[in-house]
Order: sequence, then C-alpha cells, then structure tokens
Amino acid sequence: MTWFKRQQSGIATDGEKTVRTEGLWIKCPGCEQTVWKADVEANLQVCTRCGYHFRISARERIDSLLEPGYACVDGDLRSTDPLDFADLKTYRARLATAQVSTGLNDAIVNVHGHLGPHPVVLSVMEYAFIGGSMGAVVGETIARAIDRALAQRCALIIVSASGGARMMEGIVSLMQLAKISAALARFDETGLPYLSVLTDPTTGGVTASFAMLGDLNIGEPGALIGFAGPRVIEQTIRQKLPEGFQRSEFLLSHGMLDAVVPRRELKPFLERSLDFMLPTAG
Amino acid sequence: MPDAQTSPLAGDRWAKTELARHPQRPDPIFLLEQLFTDYVEIHGDRAFSDDPALRCGFARFRGEELMVIANVKGRTTKEKVAHRFGMPEPEGYRKALRAMKLAEKFRRPVLTLIDLMGANPGLGAEERGQAEAIARNLREMSRLRVPTIAVITGEGGSGGALALAVADRVLMLENAVYSVISPEGCASIMWRDAAKRAQAAEAMRTTAADVQALGCIDGIVPEPPGGAHTAPEQAAQLLGKELAHHFAALGKLPLERLLAQRYEKFRNIAQFYAG
Ligand SMILES: [Zn+2]
Repeated sequence: MTWFKRQQSGIATDGEKTVRTEGLWIKCPGCEQTVWKADVEANLQVCTRCGYHFRISARERIDSLLEPGYACVDGDLRSTDPLDFADLKTYRARLATAQVSTGLNDAIVNVHGHLGPHPVVLSVMEYAFIGGSMGAVVGETIARAIDRALAQRCALIIVSASGGARMMEGIVSLMQLAKISAALARFDETGLPYLSVLTDPTTGGVTASFAMLGDLNIGEPGALIGFAGPRVIEQTIRQKLPEGFQRSEFLLSHGMLDAVVPRRELKPFLERSLDFMLPTAG
Repeated sequence: MPDAQTSPLAGDRWAKTELARHPQRPDPIFLLEQLFTDYVEIHGDRAFSDDPALRCGFARFRGEELMVIANVKGRTTKEKVAHRFGMPEPEGYRKALRAMKLAEKFRRPVLTLIDLMGANPGLGAEERGQAEAIARNLREMSRLRVPTIAVITGEGGSGGALALAVADRVLMLENAVYSVISPEGCASIMWRDAAKRAQAAEAMRTTAADVQALGCIDGIVPEPPGGAHTAPEQAAQLLGKELAHHFAALGKLPLERLLAQRYEKFRNIAQFYAG
C-alpha cells in the first residue's frame, strides 16, 4: 500500500519531467550522473551508464515486447465507485484526474498480438494510474485477459506495476485477488503458459496473487517486490531494513523469482521461454 | 448499493470494529473447543517450521469428520506475543494448505475460522515468500475438491484473511469486520493521520452488513444480543447451527457443480461500467 506516497513523489517530479521533455540531459537516480536523454530513451528508458531502470508506461512496455499490429482489447470498463468513497478527495475526482493524465479508463491495458512467432495475450498494469492499484476494473480486465488467452489457446503474459489493492474500493478490491487467482487455476489446467513479469514496484495484493503465480516469475533489475511495504515493516520491527531488501535480486536469491532480466533482454527471454513451453511448429 | 449516508449503519462502523476486537470476544480456538469433538492437531509446513499463529487439525462436528484451520490469537499478553496475535508467517499459510490438501485426499470438508489483523509483516516473512504463500493458497483453495466454509469471526484483515477464505461459503459473524486494510492503515495513508480511523472505517464499509451488501460474503451468523462477548457459549451454538445448515447444503452438491459454483461466485464479484 505504498502507492499514495509514490504518487505524491510522482506529482512532485512533474517539474523534473518537464525538464526532461525540454532538456537534453537527465539525472539518473541510480548513478547520480547526468546522462544524455536521447540515449536513455533509445535504450528502453534504461540508464546507459549504470543500467538503472526508469519506470515506463504500459504503452511503452507493450511496444517493447510485441510485434507491430497488436490489438488493444477490453479497454472499455470503468469503475462504478462501489463505496462512494471519499477521503480528503473523492475517489471519483481521483479517477477523473488519472483518466485525463493517462488516457486510460483504469490502471490496466490488455492487448492481443504476437511476441516473435508466438500469439499472446498481454496484460500490462499502468503505474501512473492511481499507483497501478487494483480495483474491480483492473481485476475484471485481467480476468478477461486470462479468459481470452484460454479461448484462443495462447500464452498469457502479465506485467505488474502496482502498490496493491485499491483501498477506495474496499473489500471489493480485495476480492479481485481471489477472482484472478481462481481464473489462473483454470488456466493452469489447460497446460498453456503464463509468464509473470514483476516491475518496479510490485507490492501488496498484486504480489500476493497473480504476480507470484506465473509458470515463470521474472523480475526487472532493481524492482521493489514484496508483500508488506518497506515502511510498514520498518514500523513493525523498529529497525532499518538491510540494503537491497525486497529488490528483485533479493527475491532471486531467496528463491522467489526464476530470473532477473534486464529490459533489453526481456523480449528474447520471454520468446525463448515460450519456445520451450509451446509445441514446436511444423 | 446502500448509500453511506442513509445506511442504517452510518456512523456505527468504528463501534463495530471495536466489538470485533473486544478482548472478551470468543476467539477461533474457543469456538473450535465448543463446537467440535475428538480434535487432533497436526503440525508443520514440511519445509521450515510450525507456525503457532495458525492451528490445523481434524475433528468431528455432529458426528462428521472435518478439517479445521483456526487462528490462535492468544489470551494473555504472553500468549498473544507467542502466537503473534494470530498473524501468520508464510509457514502458517503453507501448513494450512497442507491441511487442506490432506482433507481433499481423504474427501473431508474444510472449515477455516479467521480472526487476524493481517499476514505478519516482517523481514523473515518477506524472505520466505509471504506473497507467494498467500497467492498459492488463493489459487489452490479456488479448486480444492471438497466443500469449504470460511468464517470471519472477528477481524478479517486483508490478503492474510483471504488466503484462508476462498471458500464455497464465506460467512461473517454479525459483529465481525472484513476489509482490504485496517482502518488505522487506511487513515494513515489517505488522511495521513491514523487517528482518523473512524472516518476510514466508515469510508471503507467494513461491517458484515456492508460486505454482504457488496456481494463479497454468503451469509451473516447472528450473535447474541449485545454481541458474542456477552454470551460466548451461545455465540458458538449460533455458529454451529449455521455450519450444520451450510455443510448439509454443500454436501448435497455434486463435486463438479460445487467447484463451478465456487468459481463463478468469485469470478462474478465485479462492479464496473462497460462502454
Ligand atoms: Zn545511471
């Protein structure tokens, strides 16, 4: 449940984003060096000096993985605001703001296309939409991606980037964990591949459901991945967390991920995995 | 959908949270002791340890064999600390799943009695895959080939509770609460002030009546007037009556139908506008 803080810092760096758009140089949080912006963009938003992975949008992610000509599907669902929720702001207002800034109805994009030679259904979370949090629309859209892959007998890939369940949808958001996990149980029984890609950050109920249930769980370098947020753990145990705690490499060494794959190598890695998992053509 | 302002519960939700956490409230272990006979506890996840926050074992309920999985909250301060207030480690969820698979193998129904603030947050829990343990339980419970009932008896805290509650019947005691995050947690994130917990409880609609109105549980178990803590034995009997009713109904369903109904129930928990 760390998305709110992250979203705040996202807002705070709006000025920096403007600088990025207008200027030719950006400062990398990984090596703290000033790097040539065009180089980073040409490198899938990865620092050319230190390999720091900047966050990328769902659309950039899709373009980095699929062949041209893919189709966006299931994008028409919108939240009903089931609790009529308001804190300091109304949930409706937060939704409207996020819809304008991302051009999406919610924090998820489903596409159907090809990854190399393999037909795939790809579902990608959009962190810029209320911290990628999962309410009924995200849950239903992912469940539809699973149904779609099942109906078309093709591979399923989900790319996670989320602070977890969307608390403005209360218990309804929690139930999405059960819904998607149940759909994945069915998908599992078909013998079709499900590849889970965990990107920065993947925490809370998203990690504790579909993100950890891949036939392969694949992390991006340096991504924060965990169940409880680091702040919650620090407050509970009253001590500083060790360096690298809950990062991809930490999960890899603790046996929770199959691989940590740099962004530039992700597409060939996924394609190679699908080669292994799917019947050889011809 | 009930409106937050006009609902008869408006303004009452924090009081319900306090009732759900009442120190004299009958806990899952009390209910287990009251309702079942011939209980035999089983231990361990066969991988790392035996989590004291969850107790698993087989027992008889009105002559029928079943597997019971119950939180151990502890009653004294010392017990509470020893049992981590009922908050499981990954090993707890893995032990619970092992117990469920054992019940499946021998075709016995499963009951979970849930009262926990959440899965334990900690260094070890993260190192040993708290998220993976919960995720696996969600997936495996959804396809467990025996009848299952989950009861939120006090607090149903987030994914830590759901990992024991993907069941054919999910019931809540009348004064129990079930939510995606604690009111304190929600308040400190959304209001930046944990003291706004009453507002958070209101906004999240955490009571049994709310959760039922939102279509996320199958029934509410009545409590004695004044709450379960005023008459714990009577509260256990009221739960026993509901359990007998639901186990009888589930026992009549052919297995494939049972599994299809469970799947459809969770698949259809969804509210959205299309187009
Ligand atoms: Zn760098």
